[in-house]
Amino acid sequence: MADKTVAPLSGRAIVTIIGSDKVGIIAGISTAIAEAEVNILDISQSVLREFFTMIMMVDLNGAKVSFEELTNQLVAKGTALGVRVEIQREEIFTAMHRI
Amino acid sequence: MRHLSFSGEEIIDTISMVRAAKLDIRTITIGVSLFDCVDADCDTLCNNIFNKITHKVRDLSKVSASLSQEFGVPIVNNRIAVTPVSLIAGKSTPDEMVKIAQTLDRIADVLKVDFIGGFSAHVEKGFTEGDRSLLAALPQALASTKRVCASVNIGSTRAGINMDAVAQMGEIIVKTAALTANEGSIGCAKLVVFCNAVEDNPFMAGAFHGVSEGDCVVSVGVSGPGVVLRAIQEARGADFGELAAIIRQTAFRITRAGELVGRTAAARLGIPFGIVDLSLAPTPVEGDSVARILEEIGVEHVGGHGTTAALAMLNDAVKKGGSMASSNVGGLSGAFIPVSEDEGMIEAAANGYITIDKLEAMTSVCSVGLDMVVVPGDTPPQTLSAIIADEAAIGMINKKTTAVRIIPAAGKKVGDWVEYGGLLGKAPVMPVNRSSAERLIGRGGRIPAPLSALTN
Repeated sequence: MADKTVAPLSGRAIVTIIGSDKVGIIAGISTAIAEAEVNILDISQSVLREFFTMIMMVDLNGAKVSFEELTNQLVAKGTALGVRVEIQREEIFTAMHRI
Repeated sequence: MRHLSFSGEEIIDTISMVRAAKLDIRTITIGVSLFDCVDADCDTLCNNIFNKITHKVRDLSKVSASLSQEFGVPIVNNRIAVTPVSLIAGKSTPDEMVKIAQTLDRIADVLKVDFIGGFSAHVEKGFTEGDRSLLAALPQALASTKRVCASVNIGSTRAGINMDAVAQMGEIIVKTAALTANEGSIGCAKLVVFCNAVEDNPFMAGAFHGVSEGDCVVSVGVSGPGVVLRAIQEARGADFGELAAIIRQTAFRITRAGELVGRTAAARLGIPFGIVDLSLAPTPVEGDSVARILEEIGVEHVGGHGTTAALAMLNDAVKKGGSMASSNVGGLSGAFIPVSEDEGMIEAAANGYITIDKLEAMTSVCSVGLDMVVVPGDTPPQTLSAIIADEAAIGMINKKTTAVRIIPAAGKKVGDWVEYGGLLGKAPVMPVNRSSAERLIGRGGRIPAPLSALTN
């Protein structure tokens, strides 16, 4: 008997890239995302609390790799580019910042 | 932006709560009823328990690891709570009880969960044969297992305090300390003595699956002292009203994260969701301390005058924020003040700012009780019993849960240190009052239920 009160997960996730700005970051991360057949829905960049930050909203529905594999690929790519990459389902932000 | 419904600030805020302020989900705990495992033969009973739990809980570690990754929030522990063993093994001898404890330990090993709680008995009004066997088995059970946690409820507002049980617990704690002497008497860290124990607490060592619960249930314990600390550090000079508001909002967010993880875990495991326990549970890591919150509120050293007032405000604000965030709040819900598990507490204890007497006062306004307090190895069992009785009296009269997890570290004296590592941390041996409690504990019998029990 599963819990009926929980809404199914949307399949959307937020990719956050934090580090210093340099050539090729967006290209590198976007390529890794595209290779996983994950669609980028939106992208923004700004300087937040003195960190250069890029935030992408991606759609995992139709992804050809698991969440875990995608995470590992993005983190590896981030390490190669010298930035920190996080990917989290959007629901965690909804839970913490929306009533 | 078209799709992004969060600001960059909000996203960075969440990430830094985890990275900088050590926000975590302390535990996903699956409660499992063992009533359908009952058998007159102990080996069959143990097999039934093994088969049921390893089947029901088989996916816990896997689900927990993937949720942690998908939401980007660490899930520190996976745990299991079972029906109090004294209720499902009423005919067992003490030796058979030890065997059951070892079966539970083996299950924890096989499933790679951190703790399994419920080696428990409820004796607030009297003992059954099963209760007696379980109590007699406790020292050996705790010494011969690694992950099994035990609890004994010796009092309640409705029943009063079973002083015979209180007397026995002092002896049991001393025996357990002796049997685990070469590991800093760690057996005692896995044993809680409760008054008004709650049935849906996901936190150890006191978790068990209450008789009113369904067959299986998923509960979640959230933590986040670091997040609260950081939030109030940013509001220097705020008055108490403003401070309470900040803590409330922070607790709300932490609890929402916990509820999301809990409900998603429940859905994936195919087990109903139970409760979120919104406790501020510290760890020995720097920046994850309840003591430091109290000091930020304005007490120079935790344990100093004003500590109880600060803690009362903190505890209440956490509950108010958390209860707005989830429809199913339960468990112990409040601020924990374990000594060895909280970096600020450890320091205050080492410098003599916090004493057992002050800790006892603090427990009248916060979540649980005297927790992870290390006392000299030669503390008489009657003194331990009297400490338990004092705590139970606070719980009984104030209709709240209180607990004692005290460690008379074998061979250690005041000023020595005991180190456990991991979440259990380390602590200096604290002095106890040397006045004898022998006559008090020698009386036996039951402290009658208070007038406040007569509510009908």
